[in-house]
Amino acid sequence: MIDKQVANLEAAVAGTKDGATVLVGGFSAGDEPVALTEALLTTAARDLTIVANGVGGPKRGIASLIREHRVTKIVCSYPRFVGGEAFAAAYKSGEVALEVVPQGTISERLRAAAAGLGGFYTRVSAGTLLGEGKETRIIDGEPYVFEHPIKGDVALIGAQQADRWGNLVFRHSRRNFNPVMAMAAAVTVAQVVEMVPLGSFHPDQVHTQGIFVDRVVVVDRARENWAATP
Amino acid sequence: MTPLSRQQIAWRAAQDIWDGACVNLGVGMPSLIPNYIPKGREIVLQAEVGIIGMGPTPKPEDADPDIFNASVQPTTFLPGGSTFSHTDSFLMIRGGHLDLAMLGAFEVSEAGDLANWNTGDPATAPAVGGAMDLAVGAKAIRVLMDHTTKDGRPRILARCRYPLTAAHCVKVIYSNLAVIDVTPQGLVVRETIPDLDFAQLQAATEARLTLSPDWRVLEAPALS
Repeated sequence: MIDKQVANLEAAVAGTKDGATVLVGGFSAGDEPVALTEALLTTAARDLTIVANGVGGPKRGIASLIREHRVTKIVCSYPRFVGGEAFAAAYKSGEVALEVVPQGTISERLRAAAAGLGGFYTRVSAGTLLGEGKETRIIDGEPYVFEHPIKGDVALIGAQQADRWGNLVFRHSRRNFNPVMAMAAAVTVAQVVEMVPLGSFHPDQVHTQGIFVDRVVVVDRARENWAATP
Repeated sequence: MTPLSRQQIAWRAAQDIWDGACVNLGVGMPSLIPNYIPKGREIVLQAEVGIIGMGPTPKPEDADPDIFNASVQPTTFLPGGSTFSHTDSFLMIRGGHLDLAMLGAFEVSEAGDLANWNTGDPATAPAVGGAMDLAVGAKAIRVLMDHTTKDGRPRILARCRYPLTAAHCVKVIYSNLAVIDVTPQGLVVRETIPDLDFAQLQAATEARLTLSPDWRVLEAPALS
């Protein structure tokens, strides 16, 4: 029988290794999968590369990993969310390296990894600071830059509901990066608000198929992240 | 001569958005545009976070914390609205599926180059978000901006000084002094605010301006 639900957060992130690339879902500090991210502190993993849209809030989630010196690099599009002081300090001191990537390029680099592609050419960032040093090719008279895939060792994502196969449904704006990250990592862990019995989801309405999900953990009232992460 | 307020710039930009347009609004002044869309026009608003068909901002007590826009502010669905993943959201943005992106700008050049993501300040980490994706991917870029810096230096330039977001992308500039089209012949002034003559406008602008034969005075309603 397939049952991807694990008992607790510690089991959900067990086995995360030093130097791992960790994809952290959500759009901003407000919908980060905070409980899962903080669970990495129960492992010994250090020198993590975090791939996310932002850099977390002042205290919880990604910020707690930075404060505990677990992070050496962040790949993100917007390292300036209100209250992101933990990152700002670590960036200034040079402890955490930053790779700023246009938001859609992060998404597409993840998708490339998910789809088994070796990369892609895009017009985005061509001729700008962020395109400097990248392989450039003229296609139909316009410059395109080459972008490499981003593959995660682990993806930590948040969803509304899961069944025991790991099928996921997201709620409204909280879908965002979660599905593509689920598809782009060797091990994908989802924290969900509730488990539903297998067969509850209409077959046409599953957002992320269980094939992309390895572990599921229920985080009570996960939506409290919204209030708890300012 | 009274420069337009932020609300009046947003009002003026809103008048040019046509019925049925699919539009992404940037943060800051562009986010005021929904308040000023002329009645009877149906505009489809899209945001990076993966939402399309956004309605008005809800009252705080009606806000659903799971329905938010790219500024992480509460929003609503119009009938027909929907959500989707980042993959689809940026496919819409980068693949030329949006009719318009209305963006803020630090600087615009006479060639339509846009700088709106990085002031080169070494103390703060540069943050690009979806700015480059929108600037490259939307069918047309229109910017809303103050014509000069707070200390009066021009922000519409021969060449941008700040790092570019994208080259040759801006089609229309709505400033607090004028409406300016970016054309292959350079910057063409379509409208100016009352009691501002062309020489004054040119003095506030580094790029060379020409006056459109259809030039008229920009009369904006009083808005707070």
